[in-house]
Amino acid sequence: MAAIELRDVVKTFGAVRALDGFDLEVEAGEVHGFLGPNGSGKSTAIRLLLGLLRPDSGGATLLGGDPWRDAPTLHRRLAYVPGEVNLWPNLTGGEVIDLLGRLRGGLDQRRRADLVERFGLDPTRRCGTYSKGNRQKVALVAALASDVELYLLDEPTSGLDPLMEAEFQTWVRESRPEGSTVLLSSHILAEVEALCDRVSIIRAGRRVQSGTLADLRHHTRTTVVADTSADDETTAAALRGLAGIHHLSLERGRLVMEVESHDLAGVLRHLADLGVTSLQAHPPTLEELFLHEYGEVPT
Amino acid sequence: MNVGHAPDVQRPSAAPSSDGSAGPFTGTGQLFRLAARRDRVRLPVWLIGLTAVIGASTNALVGFYDTPVKQAGYAATVENSAVSRLMGGTPYDVDTFGGILAYEITAVAGVTVALMVIFLVTRHIRGEEESGNAELVRSAVTGRHAALAATLALASVASGLAGLLVAGVLALSGVAVGPSLLFGAGLAAIGLAFTAVAAVAAQVASTARTALGGAILVMLALFIVRGIGAVEDNWLTWLAPFGWQDEIRPFGERAQGWPLLVSIGFAAVVLALAAWLAARRDFGAGLLQARAGRPTAAGWLRTPMALAFRMQRGLLLAWGVGLVVLAAVFGAVGREVRTMIDSNPEVGQVILGQIDDVVLGYLSFVTHFMGVTVATYAVVSALRLRREEESGRADAVLAGGVSRTRWALSGIVVTAGCSALMAVAVGLGVGLTHGLVSDDMARVGPLLGAALGTLPAVWTLAAVAFALHGWVPRWTALVWLPTAWAFIQAYLGDLLDFPDGISGLSPFWHLPKVPAESFEPVAFVVLTGLALALTALGVAGLRRRDLA
Repeated sequence: MAAIELRDVVKTFGAVRALDGFDLEVEAGEVHGFLGPNGSGKSTAIRLLLGLLRPDSGGATLLGGDPWRDAPTLHRRLAYVPGEVNLWPNLTGGEVIDLLGRLRGGLDQRRRADLVERFGLDPTRRCGTYSKGNRQKVALVAALASDVELYLLDEPTSGLDPLMEAEFQTWVRESRPEGSTVLLSSHILAEVEALCDRVSIIRAGRRVQSGTLADLRHHTRTTVVADTSADDETTAAALRGLAGIHHLSLERGRLVMEVESHDLAGVLRHLADLGVTSLQAHPPTLEELFLHEYGEVPT
Repeated sequence: MNVGHAPDVQRPSAAPSSDGSAGPFTGTGQLFRLAARRDRVRLPVWLIGLTAVIGASTNALVGFYDTPVKQAGYAATVENSAVSRLMGGTPYDVDTFGGILAYEITAVAGVTVALMVIFLVTRHIRGEEESGNAELVRSAVTGRHAALAATLALASVASGLAGLLVAGVLALSGVAVGPSLLFGAGLAAIGLAFTAVAAVAAQVASTARTALGGAILVMLALFIVRGIGAVEDNWLTWLAPFGWQDEIRPFGERAQGWPLLVSIGFAAVVLALAAWLAARRDFGAGLLQARAGRPTAAGWLRTPMALAFRMQRGLLLAWGVGLVVLAAVFGAVGREVRTMIDSNPEVGQVILGQIDDVVLGYLSFVTHFMGVTVATYAVVSALRLRREEESGRADAVLAGGVSRTRWALSGIVVTAGCSALMAVAVGLGVGLTHGLVSDDMARVGPLLGAALGTLPAVWTLAAVAFALHGWVPRWTALVWLPTAWAFIQAYLGDLLDFPDGISGLSPFWHLPKVPAESFEPVAFVVLTGLALALTALGVAGLRRRDLA
């Protein structure tokens, strides 16, 4: 069963089409990466799923219900970390964590204590005096300490330092409730790459790619770096005219190129004949994938 | 404007140092222009609003007091009126045309100018630090005192303009130019004094809201001290900037400029204190440090209603104390009304046998006026819902299994309940103090009833805020228009004598003047129904629209 399903959703704000025929499917139990640059519609999609916004057209299903109509009931089964965390300035971090947990029907005190400890949060300070990173931690602890089916996380680690980011990743991999679903919006590619089973890429309100990282990589290029014993002219002559090679550069026996994934086998056969002395090949990073989707050539 | 552009700031307009290096006032000129630009709408609104209200008042008065006989009549009335003295201070030269105009407008003008500079100063100093804007500015080439100096300069300019505008209104009404200007100067001096008070408050408090509340509290306290001094005719008037303005006496033969120097001297000393404090505190901190709070939430903090109440606790306490003090002062002055009539045989003869009516009229005015003040609290409280939405904090609550209706009702119930609590406090405050000073507790019950009787109008104004929030959230702040109107109508309504259709825009106008008039259940029920309908309308709008 899909935990989240958006079909051809349109949402406009005046003249701006924030979501323009947007589709999204998130399977129950998966960690789904939601990638896109700032202003591409990630937060709009999430706020729509929360029933804070109503779609102009299109269908939306969340945990089997209608996110607009059934909002309060559905919300007992999910936890949310907003992209920009604003808290009540005269409540302490601890009070906010308890309050948000209780609104949802209570939270696990042991996990709360554990998360406060892990994130190094001082719960006695008033939210008005917290830095952006600390406010983020409060929202994270409140969300992660609750035992729910779905976690909607809108750039949850923005403003956190690398150590805290690592704590967050540990939680997603090891401590999250069995079978729970995570929708993780981010523009930090490494984070998505490290955590997510599947990824959807949004651009200008439309989904441009969706699938497992392996799927996505299949459509793109692998970077190959090789040293050969043949001289440069021979190498150039051997590779010239082969399909699927881009951005070839050659300098004193060192060869750097990008190869389309489905042409990789043929290219490697030719390379072998040139007397390869060292070979590195790495699949496209998400960064390169991402740039690919935005029509810019990775360098 | 580019505040960080070093070559520009290296030649500051305020304090150029001989060697071109940065002094404590470096960048003041730049920051002044930045502040003026940021307030280019707000400040004109204050000034135009002030001019419009003052202009309307003087315009209404011009025909009334055009003969010496009428002027003498006015003098006889206000010199023996405790309300007039409490609000307008010691009446000097109120048998002259200029004196009468000035006396009628002095309370509104003085308090408005004071509020204008208090809002301006706390917003620019404390608000900027809170939002983090000031950090950017501080990191640029600006001196330690530049931000303070620029803000004070802007507040002084605003006070000066307010003084000039009011002087202009008086002059256009037919008052001689010299005395008009002197009165305007007195008004500007009030602005200057409260600029300094607000500057200190902004250094002492650690948040903009505390600074604002503190400065307004000091202002109200000084206003009341001056009022009591004027009622009792003693030295207390000399403790407040409002009293120093009275002592200028611009319209008679004893006109004197030197009380202006008292205001200026006061402002200088208090500003020096602000600068001294500013130099000694850390950026972003106040003298009053925030204490560590509880690491876990209290057991009762588990519903949106509990949260709404918890968020308003400070507001409730501050307003509660302020309103009870104000109510107690009004109640206590009730006795003076009687004393003054007793001590003046002439007035006594005119209204012989009607002393009780005068007292009742006074108490009705107080009830009406305090009702509008409670409504201001209710509107502030009602606007909290919009603030929660705007700041994104509502998202967190609504994402937690709370329906929109339940969320909205939490704010609505807290506003309605707490404003009823305020009305009870006001009614008891006026009634008990009046009872104590006049040795007559029989009025406590009726005064409590009268205060509760204003609630439908209080709720109606709050409901306007809820309705606007539901349908046109961006324009929710427009609720201040009918609220301001209710104040003007309550304070100046009899004087200005508007047509009923316009007076009726204040919901309070539709209620009987209890206790002088008797309670009218129909008006009570109709207005309560209107408040309920507007609130329901607002909730319906909120349920169907996108949240910000």
